[in-house]
Amino acid sequence: MSMYFTKDHEWIKVEGDTGTVGITEYAQHALGDIVYVEVPEKGRALKQGGDAAVVESVKAASEVYSPVSGTVIAGNDVLAGQPALVNESPEDQAWFFTLTLANPAELEALMDRPAYDEYVAGLE
Amino acid sequence: MSDDVALLTTPLDALHRELGAKMVPFAGYAMPVQYPLGVLGEHLHTRAGAGLFDVSHMGQITIEGDHVAALLESLVPGDIQGLGLGRTRYSVFTNDQGGILDDLMISKLAENKLFLVVNAACKDADFAHLSRALSGKAKLTRLDDRALLALQGPQAAAVMARLAPGAEAQGFMSIGEYPIDGIPCLVTRSGYTGEDGYEISVANADAEKLARTLLAQPEVEPIGLGARDSLRLEAGLCLYGSDIDTTTTPVEGRIAWIIGKRRREQGGFPGADIILKQLAEGAPRLRVGIKPVGRAPARAHTQITDVDGTPLGEITSGGFGPSADGPVAMGYVPRGFAVPGMPVKLIVRGKALEAHVALLPFVPHSYYKG
Repeated sequence: MSMYFTKDHEWIKVEGDTGTVGITEYAQHALGDIVYVEVPEKGRALKQGGDAAVVESVKAASEVYSPVSGTVIAGNDVLAGQPALVNESPEDQAWFFTLTLANPAELEALMDRPAYDEYVAGLE
Repeated sequence: MSDDVALLTTPLDALHRELGAKMVPFAGYAMPVQYPLGVLGEHLHTRAGAGLFDVSHMGQITIEGDHVAALLESLVPGDIQGLGLGRTRYSVFTNDQGGILDDLMISKLAENKLFLVVNAACKDADFAHLSRALSGKAKLTRLDDRALLALQGPQAAAVMARLAPGAEAQGFMSIGEYPIDGIPCLVTRSGYTGEDGYEISVANADAEKLARTLLAQPEVEPIGLGARDSLRLEAGLCLYGSDIDTTTTPVEGRIAWIIGKRRREQGGFPGADIILKQLAEGAPRLRVGIKPVGRAPARAHTQITDVDGTPLGEITSGGFGPSADGPVAMGYVPRGFAVPGMPVKLIVRGKALEAHVALLPFVPHSYYKG
């Protein structure tokens, strides 16, 4: 399994042609207390960099973009009832959705963990 | 960030940074939007304990002179001549169209002296407005040498009782001058969270010492602008520039209770013809509470429609209410729709979400009634 990151602070874990997507520790910290999450429904076609999900803190709503193009396998329905899980376990239990990758070559445009950590360090 | 260079700071700026606040630009000032506790925790703490807010960006003004109350009545619809010594009243500056230029607190410090607190974003315009109207008739002083702190929450009175014995018995919407832990302060029993509490005017030079003294009390946590906004929204209180502005009258904004009985009979304030006509005949639209049925918050500028999709108006403040444990909002709808329980739709990200008109406040007020 490989994990990749976007400049918008989404992560994707890839096994074969299946990806699992969420937002990073940095993103949850910047957003603050998450009070609402909307995940995409099964079968929805997503484009790389296109709107995929919504995450809202007390203060503001933010879009979550899909790191790659593909078709949604499932959204994480747990998050509707437990949005705070995104704060508690952003890179593990609080995954947003899984998808079948349409074009695995798109992963090449993403960062690996060391590159993302360096990117985040530059934002501080 | 280079944008910070031009921002003004309050006397508590260094303290906010020491406390780990996330600072944001607000009305030209660098202000704390949240501390490490976070907006949710800060909000809930204020409803359970006591929260300390820096509101030093707001404008403090005194006006002095003979007949100062009558003079101010030429700008506001409140009964200021009827304001008792040591009493505080909420009011608005209106324009000739009946719109609202700003909302403010007016306190009577002496027979010929009033103390005003106005919004940060409006304070320059307000001062110019007052200067034009009162020039040569009253002495106007801008108290830029004073900070303003708000201590809010059910345990605020216990904190004050410890530091300023007697303050716990100060009446709601009253003002008094007394020391807090030896620091001279001008204190009103008021606030903007729906909770019991105090707003404390203090010399800039003493502000940090006072803030540290208050924060040293076990009940008190520092609270940022994020929670200030969610607290006042749950309390159904208007944010100037969002829920009320120059395009809304006090009647439409549902704050017509600020218009005194004598003023209703006599008029004599800007826009009185329009405002009094609306009082008699009803306003075309009204500010209402809006409760989304689901969990999705509806933010400001979300379109409100009827159940068939016909546009009714817009959300003016909306978000998540931590104490209401769900989304809460306010907005304007035509008068016929301003009925609690009336079903409406909210257009959020292209989807029509179910909601209904709700009674305000979303969380009951807990003001001091002693």
